[in-house]
Amino acid sequence: MDVQYVYTKKRSEFGRPCFFVDEGPKLMENIMPNREFHNGYIFKNPVNRSTQCSSVLAEHEVNTIRAQYDQRGMNHTEGGWPREVNPTDEEQTLRFKKKIEKDEMYVHTVLQLTHAMEHCILQNNAINIYEEYFEDVESATLMERCSARTLNVYRDPNKVKRPVTHLSWSPDGGTRLAVSHCNLEFQRRSPDLSTFSYIWEVENPNKPQLILKPSVPIVCLEYNPKDVNCLVSGMFSGQVAFWDVRKGSTPVDMSILEPSHRDPVYSVLWINSKSGTEFFSSSTDGQVKWWDTRKLNEPSETLILDIVKGEEQILSRALGASCLEYEGTIPTRFMVGTENGCVISCNRKGKTPAEKIVSKYTAHVGPVYALQRNPSFVKNFLTIGDWMARIWSEDCKESSIMWTCNHQAQLTDGAWSPTRSSVFFTTRMDGSLDAWDILRNQKEAVISVKVCDYQLSNLRVHDQGQLVAVGNNMGTSYLAEFSENLAATQRNDKVLLTAMLDREGRREKILEARNREIRLRQRTKIADNSHRDILERETLNKPSLISDPAVQNAEKEFFTVIEMELAALKAETEASEQDEEYGIKPEVASSEETGRKKNRFLKDEFEGANFEEEDCDEDQDVEGDDFKQQ
Amino acid sequence: MASEVEETMKRIQSHKGVVGTIVVNSEGIPIKTTMDNTTTVQYAGLISQLSDKARSVVRDLDPTNDLTFLRIRSRKHEIMVAPDKEFILIVIQNPTE
Repeated sequence: MDVQYVYTKKRSEFGRPCFFVDEGPKLMENIMPNREFHNGYIFKNPVNRSTQCSSVLAEHEVNTIRAQYDQRGMNHTEGGWPREVNPTDEEQTLRFKKKIEKDEMYVHTVLQLTHAMEHCILQNNAINIYEEYFEDVESATLMERCSARTLNVYRDPNKVKRPVTHLSWSPDGGTRLAVSHCNLEFQRRSPDLSTFSYIWEVENPNKPQLILKPSVPIVCLEYNPKDVNCLVSGMFSGQVAFWDVRKGSTPVDMSILEPSHRDPVYSVLWINSKSGTEFFSSSTDGQVKWWDTRKLNEPSETLILDIVKGEEQILSRALGASCLEYEGTIPTRFMVGTENGCVISCNRKGKTPAEKIVSKYTAHVGPVYALQRNPSFVKNFLTIGDWMARIWSEDCKESSIMWTCNHQAQLTDGAWSPTRSSVFFTTRMDGSLDAWDILRNQKEAVISVKVCDYQLSNLRVHDQGQLVAVGNNMGTSYLAEFSENLAATQRNDKVLLTAMLDREGRREKILEARNREIRLRQRTKIADNSHRDILERETLNKPSLISDPAVQNAEKEFFTVIEMELAALKAETEASEQDEEYGIKPEVASSEETGRKKNRFLKDEFEGANFEEEDCDEDQDVEGDDFKQQ
Repeated sequence: MASEVEETMKRIQSHKGVVGTIVVNSEGIPIKTTMDNTTTVQYAGLISQLSDKARSVVRDLDPTNDLTFLRIRSRKHEIMVAPDKEFILIVIQNPTE
């Protein structure tokens, strides 16, 4: 049956656009069903038909012959005996040996060999060719230039990088580094952000040795200094957890929420105890808690950092703690660095809470990020906060005995070198790591390395003193190695450093005493003039900058100089105008002018300096006069 | 002739610091020794292998060359090996310390 529709079209109409027109349906052909065809079909029921929509795969089996490997040691036994000689039979072996000895070849060879051998033996006896010269003389300390270089980089294996919050070296000579990652920014945590922290083997930066998988991220992590397998961590939720490396990736035990801290635990440290299982933690909620790893369901002791000496410690008045310090050799004392910049020295053995808090030092403008006692001079400690590092002596409570200048970027962490007592390291927010040696240069760092472009958040010095691990905000940790001269102690170090610290301490004490005197004097002055007007009292209390006679003198001088210069300038401009009129070399005049201008600038600077200083020495005034008379 | 050999060996043994002397043949059998059997057997086996290896190294680097003497200095003593085609003379000495 052929259904066709034929239409004709003129040739000229080809290629023209088609104009379609709506038309109603037209019945072309109607084929009615034929009932007779039905008889030609056989009914088939049921019909099994399977379909599948998938790629076509082929299955092949291959079996390779496995090579079997076996470890074997080699056992040396006598070999080489000819077949007729039985090695175990002594008589036969002896006979064999005797036979060889009689051989002409043997005699000749042995005599030859012994000749050479004797030469060497006598040589050995004559001189020790591997002698160490000057062994008893100590190696002289070379004045080498300090250098530093990055050895290894450990990156956060996650896709989303979290900042490094804490680093800890393992106590077995530091073959492993524990790094904790946590995003501490407020409300930055998302549920899919990984909570993992890592333990890296120093030699292998490609893959962490162990991944710690807690339920909440770890903020700080510390190895037990007595046991290389145990770690304790403070978590983001305020809990603390105890880990054992042998156990695996989950904590052995974790404290429950209620008795734990209410804020992330920023610092956790092990204590020297007989059982070796005690540690304490601090957090920005203002509490310091002592725990025992065997019983983590509640702390063994709690201290609220409320420094207002009252009957009770109130949590709402407490200062948040940002870092802790504990020195194993002074087991009952510890120090806490707070968020508002105070350092509180505490005694664990105090009976009342008031007794526990021994003294307070106002250290920095912002939170104290790091606090550490000098390993050889435990009375002195280092604090890091805001833009500078300060060194304190326990005796001087009013101010630090030494401090660095203000840096461009904020300091984030710092530590003493465990081997060299005058060296300490600091990290900055602009990604630099500085090494300071206070015996060499107090004004600036001995060496400053730019480790990365991101903010460095943490620092930990290796036990041997040459390696330093730093972590940054992008979750990457760097291992930096410093040159020998920053790690090896010199003979005079201790003596010189003791002298320096003593001297600085004494200076501070003198200043303290002087300040106290001044304050006392002012207070008595106020007491005497209590009848006077309030305003007048205030002016007395103001620092007497304006009434200082030396300052007034300087002012007078300054104004006279200015007036003189103004007069001179007027005269010059008149003179130069005249010169130009007459065509006299204006270059000479201009050089004179610029020379004089230069002098004027210098003088201004000088006078300005004079003015700013409170105590103007007579000498400086005389120098100013000399300058003017030039 | 044999007595000469004996004398020479005794003389070597009497030098200052000498711990022991061994003569080993090319098959690793110790012919003459001044030390106990187990030590001798150990030295014989290990040193002959090492000496062969050393010789092959020297000859590989330069086929015209040959190993004349091998000295192994360790913390405790020095092992001196004088190799030959047929025999190897091994002397263990404590150098002057």
